[in-house]
Amino acid sequence: MTALDEIKIGGLGTSRRRVEDNRFVRGKGSYLDDITLPGMLHMEILRSPLAHARINSIDTSKAWAMPGVRLVLTGETMAARNLAWMPTLSYDTQAVLATDKVRFQGQEVACVIADDPYIAKDACQAIVVDYEPLPVVVNPTRSLAQGAPVIRDDKENQPDNVIYDWEVGDKEGTDRAFAEADVVSEIEMHYPRSHPSPIECCGSVADFDRSTSKLTVYLTTQAPHIIRAAVALVAELPEHMIRIVAPDIGGGFGNKVPVYPGYVAAILASILLERPVKWIEDRTGNLISTGFARDVYLKGQLALRRDGKILGVRMNTLADHGAFFSDAQPSKFKIGLMHSAFACYDIPTAHLQARGVYTNKAPGGVAYRCSFRVTEAMFFQERMVQAAADDLGMDQAEFRRRNFVRDDDFPHRTPFGFLTDSGQYAKCLDVGLEAIGYESFLQEKEEAAKRGRLLGIGISTMTEPLGAGNSREYDILGIKMFDSAELRIHMTGKALLRTGAKSQGQGHETTWAQIVAHELGIPAEDVVVEEGDTDTAPFGMGTYASRSTPVAGAAVAMVSRKIKAKARKIAAHLLEISEEDVEWELGRFYVRSQPDRGVTIQECAAAAYSNMPDGMEPGLENVAYYDPPNLTWPFACYIATVEVDPETGVWDVMRVVAVDDCGVRINPMIVEGQIMGGLTEAYAMANMQFITFDEEGNCIGANFTDYLLPTAWETPGFELHEVVTPCPHHPIGAKGIGECAAVGGPAAFVNAVMDALKGSGVRNIDMPVFPDRVYQALQTGQDVSGAPPVRAEA
Amino acid sequence: MTSLYEEISPTPADEVPVREVTITVNGERRSARVEPRLLLVHLLRQGFKLTGTHIGCETTNCGACTVLFDGTPIKSCTMLAVQADGHEVMTVEGLAGPSELHAIQEGFKEEHGLQCGFCTPGMMLTSKALLEENPHPTEDEIRWAISGNLCRCTGYQNIVKAVMWAAEKLDDGKGSESEVTT
Amino acid sequence: MKPGTTETSTQTEQEAAIYPSRLRYEAPRTLDEATALLAEGGGDAKVLAGGQSLVPMLKLRFASPEMLVDINEIPDLGYHVRDTDGTIRVGALCRHADLERSTLLAQHQPTMMAAAPVVADPIVRNRGTLVGSLCHADPQGDWASVMLALDASVVAYGPQGRRSIPIRDLVSGPFQNTLAYDEIAVEAVVPPPQGIATGGYLKLERRVGDFATAGVAVAIDRVGDRVVRAGIGLTGVGGSTIAADDAAAVLVNGPLSAEKIGEAADLAAAAAQPHTDHRGSSDFKRQLVRVFTRRLLTGLTTSGEEAA
Repeated sequence: MTALDEIKIGGLGTSRRRVEDNRFVRGKGSYLDDITLPGMLHMEILRSPLAHARINSIDTSKAWAMPGVRLVLTGETMAARNLAWMPTLSYDTQAVLATDKVRFQGQEVACVIADDPYIAKDACQAIVVDYEPLPVVVNPTRSLAQGAPVIRDDKENQPDNVIYDWEVGDKEGTDRAFAEADVVSEIEMHYPRSHPSPIECCGSVADFDRSTSKLTVYLTTQAPHIIRAAVALVAELPEHMIRIVAPDIGGGFGNKVPVYPGYVAAILASILLERPVKWIEDRTGNLISTGFARDVYLKGQLALRRDGKILGVRMNTLADHGAFFSDAQPSKFKIGLMHSAFACYDIPTAHLQARGVYTNKAPGGVAYRCSFRVTEAMFFQERMVQAAADDLGMDQAEFRRRNFVRDDDFPHRTPFGFLTDSGQYAKCLDVGLEAIGYESFLQEKEEAAKRGRLLGIGISTMTEPLGAGNSREYDILGIKMFDSAELRIHMTGKALLRTGAKSQGQGHETTWAQIVAHELGIPAEDVVVEEGDTDTAPFGMGTYASRSTPVAGAAVAMVSRKIKAKARKIAAHLLEISEEDVEWELGRFYVRSQPDRGVTIQECAAAAYSNMPDGMEPGLENVAYYDPPNLTWPFACYIATVEVDPETGVWDVMRVVAVDDCGVRINPMIVEGQIMGGLTEAYAMANMQFITFDEEGNCIGANFTDYLLPTAWETPGFELHEVVTPCPHHPIGAKGIGECAAVGGPAAFVNAVMDALKGSGVRNIDMPVFPDRVYQALQTGQDVSGAPPVRAEA
Repeated sequence: MTSLYEEISPTPADEVPVREVTITVNGERRSARVEPRLLLVHLLRQGFKLTGTHIGCETTNCGACTVLFDGTPIKSCTMLAVQADGHEVMTVEGLAGPSELHAIQEGFKEEHGLQCGFCTPGMMLTSKALLEENPHPTEDEIRWAISGNLCRCTGYQNIVKAVMWAAEKLDDGKGSESEVTT
Repeated sequence: MKPGTTETSTQTEQEAAIYPSRLRYEAPRTLDEATALLAEGGGDAKVLAGGQSLVPMLKLRFASPEMLVDINEIPDLGYHVRDTDGTIRVGALCRHADLERSTLLAQHQPTMMAAAPVVADPIVRNRGTLVGSLCHADPQGDWASVMLALDASVVAYGPQGRRSIPIRDLVSGPFQNTLAYDEIAVEAVVPPPQGIATGGYLKLERRVGDFATAGVAVAIDRVGDRVVRAGIGLTGVGGSTIAADDAAAVLVNGPLSAEKIGEAADLAAAAAQPHTDHRGSSDFKRQLVRVFTRRLLTGLTTSGEEAA
């Protein structure tokens, strides 16, 4: 007998076809809206049409009177049960249903629960709300100005709209660096509000069973255990009587992490009516009120030496959080991991000043395929780097190469205090430049310019922190950010694996089994994977911030190793040798001196139930909780080439090259799928995705007619390459990949367009880089900002 | 109704207009009494319990609700159930044959043409109709044909590969056009 | 309620829903049945054809008619044909997709051929109709500017019989047409070209299915080198679709020269009345009109969109 072929059993590095697909291609996925329980009622939310207004009265009498209406909830009814406000994941409070005021357009004002959603909607229309409009502010600079309306007058000690001031880094050291610099490069920009907009909206089915006192909530959530904890806090129900079940999820991208008012209202309705209550939002509700992303302003400066060395970094950011501070952030970092910027460059000193502010917009800021503001950090970084190279008159690639952390410089402490552990940055860049044909493109660009055509190339290189995070520094609401895996090997050697993560398309049912196959030699198809039910899954902090492979995946490896350690003892017992003489190869233990004598892992499993060594507990099951020692640091180089039509401002992508180093790849096919998805979102953000507001706080971009998602026709093709630098501290050397392309991609596109416009004197056009903005830039030679309020003529 | 009973559900009030419709869904004639304002997608999902057709927006943009109406892709959220009376509808549940998947379904699995799976039913039905009209589409033709179906996960590149895989399989004759289940 | 108008719900624009209000539905089998129902509706009934504009409005409750008259079950309305004299007639139930695949249009009507593939998205095109789109009177609708450029008309059928409405007289404002409440538009009629029909359609949409930021339809009839008839229609740059008559007039009686093209482009831009909004500034939209007009006309001077 010999070791198993890891590829044949679906181990690491195999592009195993997905288990999930079997039900999805048959239309047998079980998404939230597919769930129907006996006696289930339907809830619709009445939302505020105004962005800032006092509520004088709410008349629900006509709604109550309509046949089929079972319950109408308002802020007043919630307040009577202490549920009108709930805590957020950032230690602020958020209105569940408005009581005194509404603070953003789309805010939840009342709920109707009825026999079917059509009736619920009819009844919502019959509710009469008397609003008294108040002055609106949708721009954070105006929100900070003297005389701006105070949005959170519900809070004590909140005299203005400032949420926090935060800083990190070495101010004095950085000031000195700037004083000594040959050149200071400066740029300002806005990373606009954007929305994850998975195709499936958010929703829940709350089911309170009076006979058992148990509350079961089916919920579109990426983090079921966080929801259970939040519900226990908010609803003051005992945690063991709450069961959260995340079914199949039609895309998350961070949109399905927060706790939304609809969930809370549906839970209360179910408790009051003792019947299941379903709430599924419509797309407008999703876009206008759920966790958006970004909306951060930057003023960035680089201190430069004439030979191209970066001497210091200054970043000044202003984050617009909307009306409630409800980010899902590690609690120590108000602006998340914004200070992970510039981690791939060897820079002696840096300083970041960050401020957060309230405005009359939906709350949020962190979601959307970005771990904790890292998308903003890396976008700002690469835009600043582009500007600096231009200011020095230096080649973009060369400038980066000169400043990269070198391969032999690890572990490396970044100027903001992170510790990066591994990377081959220059190699990734070289692979990318070769693939795009850098030199010949520059020539092509020159030739084209002679004929009045504008070509551009944009580079974006970055290493980003994934896998939050170690317990010393990371927690959400005080809960540490470990994750977990529980593995049960049955007596026939088949296995059941449960983790605290929750896939929304990442393919965990397929990939986690591959880790078990790698560790234990049990074929991946013999391992069934379950996630999402807090009654059965071990405690975990969920899937977002690309943390699944780094944390939950590590836990899968660790629990497999615990099982293997026990199996080794069983093997020794079966082979009648001492444990020191036992050797392992994939799938079997054998006698070192007689390799032909061995037992398979399946035989060990059977023995765990029928032939245990003396004194050993029976069974072959275990659980592991993984507290990551550090973040992981994948690296990427994205390069885009574009052509800009100078007459219309339209830009077309010519090619996109992506070089990703995410360490060991569990399933190359799935990794590539993640990269392409991320690049598409990067393209979408750079090109067309836009949520903005007018002077009255009306949200423009609250449906798919105004909020544009790219179709297959606009989306470019992607050329993918890989470099592999294993993570030194991760059990299987993997780093995670889910968000990388969405994080690093946007700058590649924007840098390319700005490169095409280089002769015009324009340094920045805010995303999305719409044709009219390009046109305006070419006409005026001035930077173009996209900050709200958007101008409109009647 | 079974031969044994018909469930008594709350009788609609007198002023609620109700019509009886008969639609052939995945080869099977099915009847329902519906309000005229009921959207076809709601009848399919809630009435006929065929939840493979999904809803992703209310402005007729996303295409997650795509079904085949007399063989042609339409957005079932933008048709009233009453309009389908007397017509044929195929949903994703009707794609597979009695013993095997349609080549399209296989292609999506083979080429990783789906991640969260939410847009997939609509995407596959649109692709099926495309291959019936154009058995050898180019990449551009595929991208054009599916430009009414939004996907957030895949970036479309693997969807294109999935359709091409299916085209080749159907061409080989090894894959059969599925018989609509009865 | 004014005839031919859409009743706007009392909800604000953000009060979106996916559930229409209660309504009565009829699916007549003949045109006479249909007009009788519309008459019975007394102005509170709406015609349902493709439904790709109307049903979304019902869902958002921007429209809450008491009755829908579905004409999809009326036979013999799905045609598009070319008469022996070169007139092109498009029936009320001819879908955008039929036009997109039409060999007839490919051979004879390049302006329509250019527009058909860029209306909405491919799935919507399977249901939406050209005639319905004209009646819907959305200033950002593509067909209206094509029909303006072609000097088309619409045939209305009512209890008093048929009448022909020139396209310029069909629309009275955004989403408002001049049909009587008991009339149905049954056909769009494109007059025969005076010579060889050439033309095209260009619009800026930021993605498939986006409404036009601006669009230009150009229809030029030529005898040899000489332009004998010209029409230019502008999409999305005003309260309704605009006929750029001055621009078109410049092109007639002579060949298409670079000078004339430049002048026509400027005049077309001047005829546009765009608003600044989140799609762009009014200057930008005028610029698009100028550029598209120029590019379309220039394209006709070289290979051109010739049709036999």
